Amino acid sequence: MSLDLPGFADPVTETQACFRAVLDAMARPGRVHRAGAGLRPPAPLAPATAAVLLTLLDGDTPLWLDAGCAAARAWIGFHCGAPICAEPGQALFGLCLTFPDLTHFHDGSDEAPEDSATLIVQVGGFADGRKLVVHGPGLRAPSALCADGLPVGFIEAWQTNHRMFPRGVDLILCAGDLLAALPRSVVVEAG
Amino acid sequence: MPDPAADAPTIERRRWMAVLARASAADIEERLAGCEKLPAHVRLRGPESGLVMLRGRVGGGGGAFNLGEMTVTRCTVRLEGGAVGHAYVAGRDHRQAELAALLDAALQDPGRRPTLTETVITPLVQAQQARRAQDAARAAATRVEFFTMATMRT
Repeated sequence: MSLDLPGFADPVTETQACFRAVLDAMARPGRVHRAGAGLRPPAPLAPATAAVLLTLLDGDTPLWLDAGCAAARAWIGFHCGAPICAEPGQALFGLCLTFPDLTHFHDGSDEAPEDSATLIVQVGGFADGRKLVVHGPGLRAPSALCADGLPVGFIEAWQTNHRMFPRGVDLILCAGDLLAALPRSVVVEAG
Repeated sequence: MPDPAADAPTIERRRWMAVLARASAADIEERLAGCEKLPAHVRLRGPESGLVMLRGRVGGGGGAFNLGEMTVTRCTVRLEGGAVGHAYVAGRDHRQAELAALLDAALQDPGRRPTLTETVITPLVQAQQARRAQDAARAAATRVEFFTMATMRT
């Protein structure tokens, strides 16, 4: 049973550190940050993925899990207390091991774009894989990002998401104890 | 609220959790010293303190209202054997919450339960009942019989 594993040993400082990493990652899209080192989450979650969940989720944030995360469901329910919803459209956060269809998630409204979903996607790593060039707000010069595990149609899917601005979903990519973020405001091109 | 669907083990577990939640850390430690050492445990969550909103109902059955917030400390531990114990206790005594969670986990093991019940739970129940009886007796001494006052007035 995955409930057997603890969460953060020191919740206050560790969630603050992880929140800072997510904040920096969102402010400087494409740059890789460290989060969740020392955390031992249940399979299949990576430490960074688990740290983001423990930091951002609570009882007021409905979460949608893809089929691959079923083994970690009890752990997430216990440590985060987030209600798990059946449909991706109802969720404020999505946790995905395989890249999802972005259009299934709530993209907010023009009056309240902040109501849109944030997707936490676990990828293989940032060392190799699909090469991306990111530019937009927060970046003086385009930044390069490699992410292993993004599908062939990622660039097109992201363009559709970006075009809806200010609506659209935000993406946090996690692998091992590293994370990078792609907010809806940035343009992503093949590198 | 009594839950008619609860099975016997759940009711029993609820009973010892309630006893442990009312016992102080010193009381639990004193009784634990008398029995064999419990296996090592890992803290899964806490002990951590927070606030819980207490709700009441007007006249006991009317509309719900928020009475106020109460400090509660919770803790969850796992024993080496795999049993997971939970505790929610009033106040901010982290040691009490951890001991209560540890005992909750240990009491789930049928092999340990009889000894632990005998050396820890039963004496705690007796002490709590004695204290309640003492408080009731003290309160009874100053009780006012409104019926008597009504008859005196006429």
